Amino acid sequence: MDALFLNQLFNGASLASLYLLAALGLALSFGLMRVINMAHGEMLMLGGYLAWMTLLVVPGAMGIILAIPVAFIGAAAMGGLILSTLIRRLSARPLDTLLATWGVSLILQQGARDLFGAVGVEVRAPEWLTGSFVAFGVTLPSARLFIIAIAALVLGALALVLLKTRIGLLVRAVNQDRMMASATGIDVQRVDLTVFCLGSGVAGLAGVMLALLGPVTPNVGQSYIIPAFLVVVMGGLGSIVGTTASAIILGLFAALAQIFVDVSVAQMLLLVFVILFIQVRPQGVVAVKTRQLDA
Amino acid sequence: MLATSACALALASCSGGGDNASAPAGDSVSVGVLQSLTGTMAISEITVKNAEMLAIEEINATGGVLGKQINALVEDGASDPSTFAQKASKLIESDGVSTVFGGWTSASRKAMLPVFERTKNLLWYPVQFEGNECSPNIMYSGAQPNQQALPALEWAVAQGYKSFFLVGSDYVYPRTANLILKKHIEKGGMQVLGEAYVPLGGTDFSGVIAKIAQAKPAIIINTLNGDSNVAFFKQMQAAGISPKTMPVMSFSIGEQEAQAMGAGLVEGSYAAWNYFQSLTGEANAKFIAAYKAKFGKDAAITDPMVHGYLDVYAWKAAVEKAKSFEPDAVRKAAASLGGFATPMGTVSFAANQSLVQKAYIGKLKADGQFEIIADSGKDIAPEPYDALAFPGKTCKL
Repeated sequence: MDALFLNQLFNGASLASLYLLAALGLALSFGLMRVINMAHGEMLMLGGYLAWMTLLVVPGAMGIILAIPVAFIGAAAMGGLILSTLIRRLSARPLDTLLATWGVSLILQQGARDLFGAVGVEVRAPEWLTGSFVAFGVTLPSARLFIIAIAALVLGALALVLLKTRIGLLVRAVNQDRMMASATGIDVQRVDLTVFCLGSGVAGLAGVMLALLGPVTPNVGQSYIIPAFLVVVMGGLGSIVGTTASAIILGLFAALAQIFVDVSVAQMLLLVFVILFIQVRPQGVVAVKTRQLDA
Repeated sequence: MLATSACALALASCSGGGDNASAPAGDSVSVGVLQSLTGTMAISEITVKNAEMLAIEEINATGGVLGKQINALVEDGASDPSTFAQKASKLIESDGVSTVFGGWTSASRKAMLPVFERTKNLLWYPVQFEGNECSPNIMYSGAQPNQQALPALEWAVAQGYKSFFLVGSDYVYPRTANLILKKHIEKGGMQVLGEAYVPLGGTDFSGVIAKIAQAKPAIIINTLNGDSNVAFFKQMQAAGISPKTMPVMSFSIGEQEAQAMGAGLVEGSYAAWNYFQSLTGEANAKFIAAYKAKFGKDAAITDPMVHGYLDVYAWKAAVEKAKSFEPDAVRKAAASLGGFATPMGTVSFAANQSLVQKAYIGKLKADGQFEIIADSGKDIAPEPYDALAFPGKTCKL
């Protein structure tokens, strides 16, 4: 088969992994709380800068391994802070939440610009992540293989947590019927906090992965937040299976479209594709069944 | 949406920009310095502002212009074209400046152009650009395409590179520069193996690099701007393509960008400019020393900074020749000044108000400085309209 096609198939898989990591948190928190966190992209940025700082302290191969938990915890803490100080106080008003979190997004971007400068910082990946393998005439950069592996691991871990643990059970209960779950004595607010922190942490992880591919800039989150929203919308709001499926579809679509058109045009085609898809299937890839009357 | 709000923030924080406007008119003359001090372009444009202010201070210290001290009014264009237009109009119509030094992106210049034409004032523009424009109200000191892009192409051909891949950010400068390059490559019987554009600030180069790997060009011509360059070089490295096996010629990477990106990443790549910090010559050494004394010893000196600096001196010389601050008299005097000494050597303004200058090709070293490996030899007369890309258009002022 055509080498360019195979190459783009692989690039599509790595792009899908990034979309998935960026979108999981959005999908989770929307499913649970029906809030849209516009500052979600800045969790990616935060993860990127945390990775950069970790590598300043611990350079080399260990640094990037260490950066993963650091970015996860850092972004999760920031997510928790945003939820408890802002979103929770506005949660009954979706439009206000949207505007307020957008404000937070701007504040975080400008804050990063003042702290780290407008020019991006570069995360120097260790040797084993800068090379590449060649298979079937296709170049496979090891950084991208690493990203695919991390995304698969995160997805697996998340599925395990949601399906096999008690906290997963609580999350599913609240997801299905918030009022009823609350009435049975589940601490709904704690479930919210857990899910929000988890989602933000995964976005922080995505930031580390982005840092392996390009510079970390104050607005790095902006270029991934739009595709992440598209993934969530197309996936069926709040569904993990749907989010995964639509991340793969959109990642492959974006990469394969680039065989024929420029990156700019590919982005436009991506939007057109999602609009048409939603016309045909408004409920998304996977329709979420809940027991709520308003859902 | 984002751009508007960033602009609003910037405006709020900079409303005090023109406070020093009320100096007495008798013993001083006001000029505007209009660059982006906030937003994405700030990192580059602040250094140009610094160089322009340095020239103004030096001139004031040696007696000013026609016996008057220069009163510089600094305004922030905030990386936003419409802000540039507003601030230009404020400087000219409220503050009554005699001339304005500033602008960087072609979008900012295009936005200011109608303001300068309406008020019949004069803008000194310091950055290389795509040509295809010619206004009596702008002095274009940055390179025209035939002073940067085409000399770079000639150099590449002389090295035996016969097939090209063009990568650029998706806006007016790369699109126009590549249009001109393609015409010349085709005329020379050579091949453009591919052309790819990425949105300004974009960081996903997977598709572009896959296409480059398949096309196997002899050389890549890169007109990417800003942070995209880091992502591009990094992903090229990850894909196993190094500047040694596939050279890259960049038009927007100078000393400052190399320093900010980490020179190790872009080491060995080529750049074409009219000035490199590594140029020899007493005037250049003096300028570098003066700049570093004022703005820090680690400061990188770039082509647009030197153009900003020489613009101020050219204005002074033109005012003194015309014995007037009147913009129309100044621009006519500037075009007939003849050669004047600058850190980049002796240059002059042509009748079309663009600068006659040499072009240099540099190869980036690990320390972030360029080794100059070729030059155009003679001074190149500026051509705003490329004969192949824009046949029949001429610059009449």
